[in-house]
Amino acid sequence: MSDVIKLTTPLSDADVEKLNIGDRVEITGIIYTGRDAAHKRLVELVKEGKELPFDIKGQIIYYVGPSPAPPGRPVGAAGPTTSYRMDPYAPVLIEAGLKGMIGKGARNQEVIEAMMRFKAVYFAAIGGAGALMAKSIKSAEVIAYPELGPEAVRKLEVVNFPVVVVNDVRGNDLYREGVKKYSRQKAA
Amino acid sequence: MREVAASRITEAVRDLCIKANTQLGEDVLDALKRALKEEESPQGRDILEKLILNAQIAREENIPICQDTGFAVVFVELGQDVHVSGGSLVEAINEGVRQGYKDGYLRKSICHPFTRQNTGDNTPAIVHIEVVPGDKIKLIVAPKGGGSENMSRVTMLTPAVGIEGIKDFVVQRVKESGPNPCPPTIIGVGIGGTFEMAAILAKKSLLRELGTKNRDPELQKLEEDWLKAINDLGIGPQGLGGRITSLAVHIEMMPCHIASLPVAVNIQCHAARHKEIEL
Repeated sequence: MSDVIKLTTPLSDADVEKLNIGDRVEITGIIYTGRDAAHKRLVELVKEGKELPFDIKGQIIYYVGPSPAPPGRPVGAAGPTTSYRMDPYAPVLIEAGLKGMIGKGARNQEVIEAMMRFKAVYFAAIGGAGALMAKSIKSAEVIAYPELGPEAVRKLEVVNFPVVVVNDVRGNDLYREGVKKYSRQKAA
Repeated sequence: MREVAASRITEAVRDLCIKANTQLGEDVLDALKRALKEEESPQGRDILEKLILNAQIAREENIPICQDTGFAVVFVELGQDVHVSGGSLVEAINEGVRQGYKDGYLRKSICHPFTRQNTGDNTPAIVHIEVVPGDKIKLIVAPKGGGSENMSRVTMLTPAVGIEGIKDFVVQRVKESGPNPCPPTIIGVGIGGTFEMAAILAKKSLLRELGTKNRDPELQKLEEDWLKAINDLGIGPQGLGGRITSLAVHIEMMPCHIASLPVAVNIQCHAARHKEIEL
């Protein structure tokens, strides 16, 4: 496995260009959360030319709906949700300046092409390791759509949040390459 | 007739919701440890180690294993000599879910299908009631996450396709699901019955203790064969490539109509949560 690359948000074009699939990355800084319902609203705002609840340029959106914070903690469990549900919205946000997405599961061709064209990357976090990943989250604040409950947009402060690069700016896909390496199926 | 108070059922369901979501079963932990020994991919081994660590943190700190604390699926084996007093059985279960998800800081993940408005308390629960002999009530709470549920399917195959056709459907489903259902998964397969029964059989098969063999020798052989075919796909932990895509295949089967061959595949993520109690 590769050495760990440390990244601090916000990200520049140069930050994301140097990343390759399979790279292990630890993210420190501010990241934002968003799932299906929030994405729908964010994309409507972009299309209407209105201001977003946060400046999206150089930012990372983490696809997560944390469990409620018990007393004395910033969040409960906070692992990634499946990313394909955000595929219809992601290209618009990437064009608006989003540099990174954290989730789990494969992205469609439109999202991969938007990542190549506007320089963005897709990271995977470990699905189902919500208690472990919450350890890297130091604070959480709802900044938009509180009525969406777990789906509200949160501003998270993270330290060494562990992810792996799945799609880089060159159109490579770790899911495809990883499975190819270990498949024992005969080619169809 | 033995009486069981509805309030006792509420209390039991409340506790089971919290326990199921924070304490991963020893059978699942053991299966993850076995997988760690067999996995060849360094990335895959790193993930399996982190999943084991995650389960420890969840248990020690009373935090959910996964933020998706699921749809509360409750199986009830209701003894025919029991009388539930002081309220409705289903309402008692829903109240238990309501309390458990609030008191346990579990995520409320249930919403209106069109407006997507959250019901706010994780109800309604999905309640499967089976009336059995005796004067006991067995409650099994099995919270089910959305990611792996979304990758599940029911189909009505042509009987001519036979066992090979069923295997193809099951393996293909796992292949197409790729990383989405959080592998390593458990594959629940329901064969026979009707359209809805195949799905219930598949879900029920997931309640079987991991590492135990099917009581039917023919199905036991199929479970081993299909698991090998699935793990040959190379999907691996979290879909990043590796030997362990699934920890087990569980099959439940019953007779079907002469015209039909219903098959359901219910995919379960590695956070295979279920806890039970007998009242």
